[in-house]
Amino acid sequence: MTTSTTLATENFSMQKMFKTLSHLHVVVGTLFIATLYVTICNLFFAEGSFLHVSDYTVSLFGKYLCYALLALAVDLVWGYCGILSLGHGAFFTLGGYAMGMYLMRQIGDRGVYGNPDLPDFMVFLSWTELPWFWAGSSSIFWMIAMVFIGPGLLAYVFGSMAFRSRVSGVYLSIMTQAMTYALMLAFFRNEMGFGGNNGLTDFKEIAGFSLQEPSTKLALFIITAVALAIAYWISNYIVNSKMGRVVTATRDAESRVRFVGYKPEHYKVWIFVVSAMLAGVAGALYVPQVGIINPGEFSPLNSIEMVIWVAIGGRCTLYGAIIGAIVVSYAKTRFTAIMPEAWLFALGGLFVLVTLLLPKGIAGLLPNLFDKMSMFKSDESKELEVKDKKEATTAEVK
Amino acid sequence: MIVDKSGSPLTATENIKPDTRHGVILYVEDVSVSFDGFKALNDLNLYINDGELRCLIGANGAGKTTLMDVITGKTRPDKGKVNFGQQIDLLKLDESEIAKAGIGRKFQKPTVFEALTVFENIELSLAGDKGIITSLFHKLSGEQNDRIGEILQTIGLVAEAYYPAGRLSHGQKQWLEIGMLLAAEPRVLLVDEPVAGMTGQETERTAELLTSLAGKHSVIVVEHDMAFVRSIARKVTVLHQGTVLAEGSMSEIQANPEVIKVYLGEDGGSAEKSVGAQA
Repeated sequence: MTTSTTLATENFSMQKMFKTLSHLHVVVGTLFIATLYVTICNLFFAEGSFLHVSDYTVSLFGKYLCYALLALAVDLVWGYCGILSLGHGAFFTLGGYAMGMYLMRQIGDRGVYGNPDLPDFMVFLSWTELPWFWAGSSSIFWMIAMVFIGPGLLAYVFGSMAFRSRVSGVYLSIMTQAMTYALMLAFFRNEMGFGGNNGLTDFKEIAGFSLQEPSTKLALFIITAVALAIAYWISNYIVNSKMGRVVTATRDAESRVRFVGYKPEHYKVWIFVVSAMLAGVAGALYVPQVGIINPGEFSPLNSIEMVIWVAIGGRCTLYGAIIGAIVVSYAKTRFTAIMPEAWLFALGGLFVLVTLLLPKGIAGLLPNLFDKMSMFKSDESKELEVKDKKEATTAEVK
Repeated sequence: MIVDKSGSPLTATENIKPDTRHGVILYVEDVSVSFDGFKALNDLNLYINDGELRCLIGANGAGKTTLMDVITGKTRPDKGKVNFGQQIDLLKLDESEIAKAGIGRKFQKPTVFEALTVFENIELSLAGDKGIITSLFHKLSGEQNDRIGEILQTIGLVAEAYYPAGRLSHGQKQWLEIGMLLAAEPRVLLVDEPVAGMTGQETERTAELLTSLAGKHSVIVVEHDMAFVRSIARKVTVLHQGTVLAEGSMSEIQANPEVIKVYLGEDGGSAEKSVGAQA
């Protein structure tokens, strides 16, 4: 009797709680609980226990969270601003290289050639001194700055040129694709000074902590989760600010925005820069957890896969992008272990299925938890959903 | 950056206001535009007085929309002068600067921000700083809130304030767009075919709305619907092949033999009849 009443009150307060919660609270809360769970199960349950989470799994989850952060960046420009970037891998990889350069310098004289200043590949190329752009790379603060400046600057220059000349739609997508492809070819060259084909690898430690240590892996995982939470907060703030509304308006009616007195190209450039920086952070966190960065990451295929994450998760919701990235990456890990050659077919099939059956992605499938908070009555929101679905389908077809 | 005729920047808000001491707010002088040899505008001259309601009529291809494009900075003329008041040279400004200087435009096809609510549509259109940083940290003031409420009242969309604009009917979208223009507090409103696709009742309300705006704003209306033009216009300008063919009151225009020949005659007896029936 008493238990049932407490349960009832609990239920009631839970309901109330859900009503006052926003997406932000739900996402950050889920992230926090998941991180806590992984941390506890990794630290306090011995190997072999049912609840144990292995060090390998911790790194794997860390990788997924990096992808989630990257997907968030893609959603910001594609979902909200309508810029279909097929080159976000470039920003991700640049951020990764900034981190890779720092990690290379941390190796010190423990490399194969034992040169205290030069990374192995430079000794191999018989270079005698560091190229100018490696200056400062041994400092962690410099590295953090470069993680933001590198991708941000590229996005600013590319965006300024493209948006000022009012390039949009398919042409812009092709240009972003060409950009990442060009970078891939450039980074493959040994003379570029970024390790060529092999990229940067064989890292030893980060900020004095060994990368082989399970505790470092766990810390990196936690840092990634925190970075994702902060990035979500920033993105959420932007899309709910007036700036976000201008960006959404630009997506729907750019000429109107211009005749209202805004400069849509400025808004596009800056949302692109913010997105590129988030992608750069994702890349920087990815590299120490997988232990390598090479030009293959620039591959246009990777950038297309990112877009598929967002499409599958659900555009224009932010949390949809996170769900999409994690679900697809997990499926990839499983699938490539069972039948690797079929993965691309599965991905393509999944994309087609989601486009046809779930135009709003997985996020559209979620129980109408969030809809309850909206002002529409339930029948109206249903009607709206049907309409949205139709619109989304036609948009996809286009 | 807003510059005066000689190219020096205007900074103080006083200076940016158009100088209308001669009673004219918009000067379009000797403007020519050609597209691949086709002369869309041909030495066109047009003067709009401050606070006036002017109707532009003309057959398809007469250059009405091109003229609007030139005034709002979308199309650059091959030659000619376009001044806002006496001192602001519009040909030196881009679209968003012209909008900020005080010229608002409504498109032929209603263009509103479909994903945003009616309220947010008006909010984005409010006069004020349109920079990114301001937008990022923008908080709606009580004054602005009241202003939005006022505009919603004027355009009759109070009940729909929190609907996504995409769900509005065609006529409501037209009104919302006019409301967005009002929010920007422009001196000149360019309105392209405001009653296309509207029901009779909606047309009537639009006519009322536009006439009530004249005086405080200068309004230029491009319209095909003769009955509508008659109901609102005090002065009508007829464009033909990129030049001004005639200018005057509706009855003067209808009596003008040249207008009857090139404009009303083109549409055959039916147009003449429809105009004649209402004369």
